Amino acid sequence: METVLENKPVVDQQEKKPVKKVLVICARGTLEDVYAALIMANGALMEGMEAKMFFTFFGLDAITKVKSDHLHTATVGNPAFMRNLPTMIGGLPGFEALASTMMKKEMDKLDIPEVSEFLEIIDASGGEIYACKLAADMFHLNKEDLIDEVKDIITVGDMYALAEGEGSQIIFV
Amino acid sequence: MSQLTIAGNTVDVNEEGYLIDTTQWTEDVAQQIAQEENIQLTDRHFEVLNYLRAKHNEGVPISIRKVGKSGVVDIKEFYKLFPGGPLKKSSRIAGIPKPVSCV
Repeated sequence: METVLENKPVVDQQEKKPVKKVLVICARGTLEDVYAALIMANGALMEGMEAKMFFTFFGLDAITKVKSDHLHTATVGNPAFMRNLPTMIGGLPGFEALASTMMKKEMDKLDIPEVSEFLEIIDASGGEIYACKLAADMFHLNKEDLIDEVKDIITVGDMYALAEGEGSQIIFV
Repeated sequence: MSQLTIAGNTVDVNEEGYLIDTTQWTEDVAQQIAQEENIQLTDRHFEVLNYLRAKHNEGVPISIRKVGKSGVVDIKEFYKLFPGGPLKKSSRIAGIPKPVSCV
């Protein structure tokens, strides 16, 4: 006798639960980490999700007026960077700046904006940018030192409130 | 591949609803796709759509940044005109392929 499955397995009936909102925390000030955070936040906005960004510790460099477009990538202590290059060479004066400039040139070719412009794009796209109060206090930074797109300097508690809601995800860089 | 019937004509769309042949695009096609996306097209929308189509014909890949610098529309307005994923939605309505840019 043939058995007929009246009900489909539960797995098939499971509803998709899309990500609706992301909070991207950026605690790093190196070029590649900041870009990873920016691209993920902007990518979320492009997909129609809500996106908020929280910059803390060295991540504050990305939203500090005088520093945001001058971030570097590490040429020492970064085994993935030119693996045949002796570490000592990576430590030579000016080497890190040179490598960072070259990396920025490559990114420009791919139409990836500079950090400050990227933050403007995220802001214009409806994303929100926040700075960490504790880190800002530690580095003696005021709102005036930070780029205009920064909405506020907030505590960790406020940060968690940013991630409230269903389908919300926190991404830490 | 599936088909979309618009004013008696059929156009071919892929599984995500993007036109396969951009030359099949007409303003009526745009109106119908926009309706599916819950967007009421205005002259402003068409200015953007025409810009996107022109860029596509030139073979230039489209990104949010380029649209923002186009002089046709700024990023804020672009998001307002096509809420919830402007680049994808506007491309679909403009009858051009889904953008592949990550920025």
